[in-house]
Amino acid sequence: MGMIEVIQTYWVYFLIGQFPDGPLGGLTLTIVLAAGGLLLAFPLGFALAIARMSPWRTLSWPVTGVVYVVRGTPLLMVLFWAYFFLPSITGQKISQFSTMLGALVLFNAAYLSEIFRAGVQALPTGQFEAARSLGLSYFAALRLVVMPQVMRNMLPSLVNQFVSTIKDTSLGYIIGLSEVSFIASQINNLVLTKPTEIYLVLALAYFILCFGLSRFAFWIEQSHVRSHLSGGERSKMPRPVKRTLTEQT
Amino acid sequence: MSFNLDLLLAGTYHDWLIQGLRLSLGMAGITLLLALPLAVMVAMFRLSPVRALQWLGAMFVESIRNVPLLAHMLFWYFGAPELLPDGIKRWLYAGNIEVLSAIAALTLYTAAYMAEDIRSGIRSISNGQFEAGRSLGFSFLATMRLIILPQALRVTIPPLVSQTLNLWKNTSIATVIGVGELMYQAAKVESTAFRSAEAFAFATICYLSVSLILTGLGLLYRHRFPVRTA
Amino acid sequence: MIRFENVNKWYGEYHALVDITETIGKGEVVVVCGPSGSGKSTLIRTINRLEPIESGRIVVDGKDANSTELDINQFRAGIGFVFQQFNLFPHLTALENCTLAPRNLSGLDAAAARELALKLLDRVGLSEKANAYPAALSGGQQQRVAIARALAMQPPVMLFDEPTSALDPEMVGEVLMVMRDLARDGMTMICVTHEMGFAREVADRVLFMDSGRILERATPDDFFNRPQHARAQQFLSDIRTPFR
Repeated sequence: MGMIEVIQTYWVYFLIGQFPDGPLGGLTLTIVLAAGGLLLAFPLGFALAIARMSPWRTLSWPVTGVVYVVRGTPLLMVLFWAYFFLPSITGQKISQFSTMLGALVLFNAAYLSEIFRAGVQALPTGQFEAARSLGLSYFAALRLVVMPQVMRNMLPSLVNQFVSTIKDTSLGYIIGLSEVSFIASQINNLVLTKPTEIYLVLALAYFILCFGLSRFAFWIEQSHVRSHLSGGERSKMPRPVKRTLTEQT
Repeated sequence: MSFNLDLLLAGTYHDWLIQGLRLSLGMAGITLLLALPLAVMVAMFRLSPVRALQWLGAMFVESIRNVPLLAHMLFWYFGAPELLPDGIKRWLYAGNIEVLSAIAALTLYTAAYMAEDIRSGIRSISNGQFEAGRSLGFSFLATMRLIILPQALRVTIPPLVSQTLNLWKNTSIATVIGVGELMYQAAKVESTAFRSAEAFAFATICYLSVSLILTGLGLLYRHRFPVRTA
Repeated sequence: MIRFENVNKWYGEYHALVDITETIGKGEVVVVCGPSGSGKSTLIRTINRLEPIESGRIVVDGKDANSTELDINQFRAGIGFVFQQFNLFPHLTALENCTLAPRNLSGLDAAAARELALKLLDRVGLSEKANAYPAALSGGQQQRVAIARALAMQPPVMLFDEPTSALDPEMVGEVLMVMRDLARDGMTMICVTHEMGFAREVADRVLFMDSGRILERATPDDFFNRPQHARAQQFLSDIRTPFR
């Protein structure tokens, strides 16, 4: 089979798996899984961030410890625990999709708590002071002044985390989940004679998706920097690195 | 359900797990040795005044970072060997092609991330330092060597330690192409002895311990060699 | 010593230096002043080619600064440059900042370089701070070390790009005094500065720039008391009475 024929025969399978004759798969599943894994992690990530920033040591230390443990373990390990170990204690078999989603949510919550924490701490303290000086209450200041800015600051990091999650969905392959890498391998098992091309197409699919999103994050960062800096900080905008001195020798 | 620790302290299963641990550590070590020089080279490319080199470096970094490590591994194991001439192919398949493919994928993946950290570190040194060096009469390379890189090193080490941590965790992905590293062995123990808790606990502790050691080394470095600004 | 011949420079569409022609003689002390954006920093930075030029020639001590055959590093070693932001190397002590170039470029051995550096640090009044790191020094002290560092290569000409603009007011004096002493010792100096007192006392000539052109050239006495060009008059009046 020529490469063009391979693409013509299998492109639907690549994009949506066996749907509607089976569960959703392929590239669509990858995106759905990543989006779900990130969005569902928000509440937990938020809670963890607040716990870590709280002044009560009995709360912040254990939570910091848990976040540390989750970030020090490979995602695959978490996945294996969920997939092999959980069924043996709950007695129930959990679907591959749910297992993957659960692992992603747990993992993302830990990373999100870091992003939230960094976002809040990056805001100049002067903002909060200025809001309180106007007479706003603690919570009003948070709601009207701090949080809107923190959200905007975090947007690029959040998009990057989404890109990471998309890449993490590839681990579903190992537990037999029909995400796009698994589908690519299935196609390879059918065609057999074009492994290089098939895996290059897989790489290209990820590249277009992830690179596109990264550029989007970059664009957000740039437009935010330009329009939302207050006057005093505009002079601190990063200036392009001058290339005048980079002559040879 | 009982937790039988003896299983892990001696016997076949123990041997499997230790073997897996050693392979994981070995792969991480070799990858680190290969990836660092590659990363420095790519960073220099991206910083050089030659446009073609800049573009090459950027292509390298972007095309590798936007594809998951698992896909890299699949490519290097299933796809890449097909491109090689028959003689080399046969030699590879007779030997340890799984490990070699895994190391190839890991090296490129890790180098791409490290190159960015190195480049950021160098760029964080203010342009004034570079101008001061050139104004005294030092060449581009001499200025880099005597003035920029010594300062950049301190800034770059912490992110590089982070990447090494990621590398350590990423060795687990080699399971997918059949490399007998720690994760693979843990799964093997699970499927043979149905002892998932013990096997996975062992593996988790191994991963966490090395992570802890690396993080500790990073903190030690930052404590002893803090970033010095004027 | 330094000659500008019809020098023009553009930043993209922006004409930063317009038909600059000027000669600075050996031993002369020239102050370049003018409003913000007039091109005075750009002008001084073209002398040691920190900025390139698009047309014209700059000749320093007989060497064409933009010639392709020039060994740019050797050329720069023969010009001392002092920056507004000091740009001391934070990972080296004051002494090491001064010995770096002599040891690596002039081939001096450690002892000779050390001796030279200590003498220079003494000349700028900081010999007791030789082993201090820049972070431990005040702004004025850092700038004086920067001057010593530039002098270490024993250049025949020294360029100063707004050397006191980044300093707190009480430290400006100590740096200006070092510069005055240098001038008295016969150094050829070009200073971009806002310090009119220094210009009056030390400079042999004042060049007034605006919008990339040199609009007036005069002795300090003539410039401050009888400015000819309307723009120069405006500038001096703005400085003298900022509140109206």
